[in-house]
Amino acid sequence: MGEAYVITSGKGGVGKTTTTANIGTALALMGKKVVLIDADIGLRNLDVVMGLENRIVYDLVDVIEGVCRLKQALIRDKRFEGLFLLPAAQTRDKNAITPEQMKKLCEELKQHFDFILIDSPAGIEQGFKNAIAGAGKAVVITVPEVSAVRDADRIIGLLASQEFSNPLLIINRLRSDMIKRGDMMNIEDTIDILGVDLLGVVPDDERIIVSSNRGEPAVTEGSSLAGQAYRNIAKRILGEEVPLIDLEEESFFEKLQKLFSKNKKRY
Amino acid sequence: MLNLFKFFTKEDNKSKDIAKERLKLVLLHDRANVSPKFLEMIKSDISKVISNYMEIDDAGFDLRLSRIEQDDDSYASALVANIPIKRMKNAGKNNG
Repeated sequence: MGEAYVITSGKGGVGKTTTTANIGTALALMGKKVVLIDADIGLRNLDVVMGLENRIVYDLVDVIEGVCRLKQALIRDKRFEGLFLLPAAQTRDKNAITPEQMKKLCEELKQHFDFILIDSPAGIEQGFKNAIAGAGKAVVITVPEVSAVRDADRIIGLLASQEFSNPLLIINRLRSDMIKRGDMMNIEDTIDILGVDLLGVVPDDERIIVSSNRGEPAVTEGSSLAGQAYRNIAKRILGEEVPLIDLEEESFFEKLQKLFSKNKKRY
Repeated sequence: MLNLFKFFTKEDNKSKDIAKERLKLVLLHDRANVSPKFLEMIKSDISKVISNYMEIDDAGFDLRLSRIEQDDDSYASALVANIPIKRMKNAGKNNG
């Protein structure tokens, strides 16, 4: 019996799709059977980020409307054993499916997969409600900017009202140079404000754009720092305790300061 | 020991601190708006306590979270209550 995670953020453009693609790929590389569902109906993107856009025949709405069988719509990623994508419909809208239908679909997928990752659309409307309906756990993505953190807080509130009492937080696009200057909220600041448990921190990394250009998730690249962060997140999902990557190049003075500080600043 | 280090590293006027303070305040309001239940719970508790001493007009009882400007031009959140009193109860009167 698998577990379903919804990946959500409220605000658009903070990295939901990239995160879904990378965590999913990392879990598959660790031997798990994974299906990624693009719940952003009308604005599908998970297919291009994964480089699977040319293989779509049927989509999520086709499955729900009974146009095809579930197995026919699942695209098997030939590069990664055990990884599948259920793409969103591009020419329909969020009202084409209901939360009940999503719930039923996820129940069926749980029989066949270890992990179901649902890429939620931005916003708090019907699309969001559809995306969370079938999930048992929620991952909230934010970036360390006031607008994204505010929206994340709103989403956490809405999730709590839908019985997701303990969503996990991923802080994306962290820039250690700006944190050092005091021009970006750090991990402690963000957690302090949102009051949820941290699942991981992903540094701002231009390799992410390069890998989405190519349609190859960054986790497959050994040298990408963001890729490494996503691999760590996947390990934590599997229950492994992995420390955060140390992103800060410290001066001698800061190292000295840390010797006296119990809460080491690690990213 | 930590304070000594803080003294040497410039702590003031970092934009992230401004961001954090602004967020804390705006979220206080957002969160109160997310659950009107929250204010209702406080309202009913306040009403219970005050009712021991005076009879209040529950329908006219207004409780809201608002923002007040402080002397140093910064803003703070305040819980503002307007509670119409119908009459005093005996227990609340000053018999001395």
